[in-house]
Amino acid sequence: MTEAATPLWEVFIRARNGLAHRHVGSVHAADAAMALSAARDVYTRRGEGLSIWVVPSAAITASDPADKDMLFEPTGSKIYRHPTFYEVPDEVGHM
Amino acid sequence: MATTSIVVTETPLLTVLLRRADDALVLAHRLSEWTGHAPSLEEELALANLALDLIGQARGLYQYAGELSGFDEDQLAYLRDAGGFRNCLLVEQPNGDFARTIVRHVLFTAFSDAFWRAATASRDARLAAIAGKAEKETAYQLRYAGAWLVRLGDGTDESHRRAQEAVDWLWPYVGELFEVDDAEQAMIAAGVVPDAAALRDGWRRTVEGLLARATLRLPEDGAMQSGGRRGVHSEHLGHLLAEMQVLPRTYPGAQW
Repeated sequence: MTEAATPLWEVFIRARNGLAHRHVGSVHAADAAMALSAARDVYTRRGEGLSIWVVPSAAITASDPADKDMLFEPTGSKIYRHPTFYEVPDEVGHM
Repeated sequence: MATTSIVVTETPLLTVLLRRADDALVLAHRLSEWTGHAPSLEEELALANLALDLIGQARGLYQYAGELSGFDEDQLAYLRDAGGFRNCLLVEQPNGDFARTIVRHVLFTAFSDAFWRAATASRDARLAAIAGKAEKETAYQLRYAGAWLVRLGDGTDESHRRAQEAVDWLWPYVGELFEVDDAEQAMIAAGVVPDAAALRDGWRRTVEGLLARATLRLPEDGAMQSGGRRGVHSEHLGHLLAEMQVLPRTYPGAQW
């Protein structure tokens, strides 16, 4: 089957209630309904999921790896953004 | 040491159990033949999943039949000759191309799905439990195969032609699904299994709807093939069983 007839879809699965859908992989399929079916058959064979999302891979806008330094390097020097400077009273318990 | 074939002494209950079990096992074996040959990785897994659902159904039925017949599930699957198999002719037909495999699955599953849903009300608690598990699997299987049928029929000129050829080629095998003989009638009267003949109209509506969406033509009902339920099979079943049974017959008790 050709790429044009069966484009790529990204698959997201939610394992339990209360969790977010997580990216697990991709499938080729002719349309959204077939992509859901393929995702079910490829990625939920061992009881992994309660809910599936499929999204056309072409609909995803991705950052450019060449922009890595510009996008992500500036955060490296701002450790005060991590919530590690607070004293948590014992009475609060597990946070 | 060659392994001797077994012959099951059938009661009406054993006969109807073996018919459902053999349908599932033989169709599962046919689907498993796609492993390594499917048109894409996704369909490879999808077809294997269908096969594994069916093997699960077959095991439940063989285990029940085993308690009644004195043979275990492996003996029932691997040590009966073709004449002892009670599956319908439709499920033993060769895979052909992907279209024929899909059409065969639609025609059979439109029946088995309705059968298992009705069988959840069986007075036989064991069979009702098997039906409750099976009907969820067959509901998905019908959706899967139906979705492919619509896309093949309403796809390209070539996929349409292949799908129509498959429908025409397999149509003579659908009549047997609805046959009711004395054994079946006894179990219907006892409330053990649903009346297959009564499922025919619903089956026809399901299949007509899918064929219409697929822009495919419903064939005329001509002469129908029959015999599988009595053990009179097409030549294909013997070849299938030779492959399926060779290992346990050659090495009895072989373990992984």
